[in-house]
Amino acid sequence: MTSTRSPLNRLAQAPAGVELSTPAAGSPGPPARGRGGRSGRRRKPGASQLAAWAFLAPVTAYLLLFYAYPLYRNVDLSVRDYTVYSFVHGGAPFTGLANYRSIVADPTFAPALIHTLVFTALSLAFQFAIGLALAVFFTQHFRLSSLLRALFLVPWLLPLIVSASTWSWMLDSNSGIVNAALHTLGIGPVNWLTSPSWSLPSVIIANIWIGVPFNLVLLYSGLQAIPHELHEAAALDGAGPWQRFRRITWPLLRPVSAITLLLGLVYTLKVFDIIWVMTKGGPAGASTTFSTWSYQLGFGNLLPQFGLGAAAGNLLVVMALIAGLIYIRVQRTQAES
Amino acid sequence: MTSTTVKFGSIAPRRRERSNVKTVIGVVMTAVMLFPVYWMINESFTTDQNMRKSPPNLFPVGGTLDGYRQVIHQQLPYLGISLVVGLGTVVLTVALTAPAGYALAKLRPRGSGIVSFALLIAQMIPGIIMAMGFYAIYLSLGVLNSVMGLILADSTIAVPFAVMIYAAFMAGIPAEVLQAAKVDGAGQLRTFSSIVMPLSRNATVTVGLFAFLWAWSDFVFASTLDAGGNREPITLGIYHYIGNNNQQWNAIMATAVVASIPATILLVIAQKYVSAGVTAGAVKD
Repeated sequence: MTSTRSPLNRLAQAPAGVELSTPAAGSPGPPARGRGGRSGRRRKPGASQLAAWAFLAPVTAYLLLFYAYPLYRNVDLSVRDYTVYSFVHGGAPFTGLANYRSIVADPTFAPALIHTLVFTALSLAFQFAIGLALAVFFTQHFRLSSLLRALFLVPWLLPLIVSASTWSWMLDSNSGIVNAALHTLGIGPVNWLTSPSWSLPSVIIANIWIGVPFNLVLLYSGLQAIPHELHEAAALDGAGPWQRFRRITWPLLRPVSAITLLLGLVYTLKVFDIIWVMTKGGPAGASTTFSTWSYQLGFGNLLPQFGLGAAAGNLLVVMALIAGLIYIRVQRTQAES
Repeated sequence: MTSTTVKFGSIAPRRRERSNVKTVIGVVMTAVMLFPVYWMINESFTTDQNMRKSPPNLFPVGGTLDGYRQVIHQQLPYLGISLVVGLGTVVLTVALTAPAGYALAKLRPRGSGIVSFALLIAQMIPGIIMAMGFYAIYLSLGVLNSVMGLILADSTIAVPFAVMIYAAFMAGIPAEVLQAAKVDGAGQLRTFSSIVMPLSRNATVTVGLFAFLWAWSDFVFASTLDAGGNREPITLGIYHYIGNNNQQWNAIMATAVVASIPATILLVIAQKYVSAGVTAGAVKD
């Protein structure tokens, strides 16, 4: 019995060896362990529950204080008519859904909604497609493959403000490297960040660049889990690389793909830093999404409109939560199957 | 026998050749992907005169260290604050989430399902929403522009993820190990501190790494809760640069390079933890 125990187990028991040796001489390990466990539980069920909750208490308190309460304050902000004075001193009148009504009626609402959806959809589609192509490429082991795969993580690890300011400078209309490269190809300068038609594509490009590594890592680990023999068997049966991808890789990767896309959806809806640093949602609101709009309302002006900002932000929360609940559901059903 | 050897000999070089082609393709793709990073470094050494040159210099020939001199003169306090905030966030996050992960993975008290669900939901809430709530609270408490306030806010980015990592990792600790400790008379606290925590070293590295990186990179909380004071982190240092002296892009890029150092170090020394963290965040077990 003792010989089958894992080294981990033996390691943990080692310091206590002296005490254990006497009872273990008569009866082997497992029954002794079983007895100890059962009697311990029978003796004080309340106490062990209490001890378990003691371990969980800090995080529970933390969740209530630093998630639930700020969220509550945010909801409270959105249903009252706050001015700077009442924000500091309290006493803002309750106005119900008035803030939400003015948000929906605001001329920025429809563009912000469309931009949020376009930004999210295009970012996700390209991040996923590029990430998947790279993941498939990296599963064919070649020299330097693991080093190169590690280097691909760099864009994801850099502080967002670093990536955003680098992209701003690369896309600069007059001195940016991108326009210089286009110039050598005979294409005239593009006002990437300052023209209304290009500012949204620009922030999407930067966001795709940042998100590719995340997709690559997740999809690569998903590909690793597909048994190699399946590919070999299909290859023996005469299936080409594309056939093998379509008939084996793609169907077997579907659970991981779903999780990757849904998690990407939750993250992409939240994107704020990149857009704010690169364009501030401009020019003239051409790259405004719900997150930048909400920030703009609450913090971007000299006269903050906290109530409206919170209302716009809460609409974003609803969107993120819907995406999040779908994600949880998919993950649950996958775990069950 | 001889025929197989001949066959073998003819296939092997071709396969190696194909592998080399893949390596070349891989290197080219990595170069394209990392071009913005290279460009940031290149521009950080470029002189002011060459900055607006058309076409721009592809290599920092005749480069300057002016950008970095400015970083040393102006940005050191920001970097210091970021370091303190990052380390503080790591300590707070580990202290909060390791016991929680243990409870969720091994002790599972009644009602703990609600806590894990709340943590999952918490992860979905956009930072900008949290920032607004925190702003309202900090304003009334008078703790805006404080390092402690920023640490608390930044920890909210990492806490749900950290609990998940710890729970996933600690679930893998064999029940016999914990049982053995109990038989030896160790209480829950002692089992946790002298058995569970040492065994969970890898999880702690992953959690610490991400908590530090996220706190170091945070801009949303910094710009809402900590802007305007004299204790601003490096992300705001860069942001002010972009806003103020739009001409000195070498200084901006030099600051960006310096701000990227922690990410680079972590990637070099802890790459496997990074991949593990990304994966564990999404795919359970």
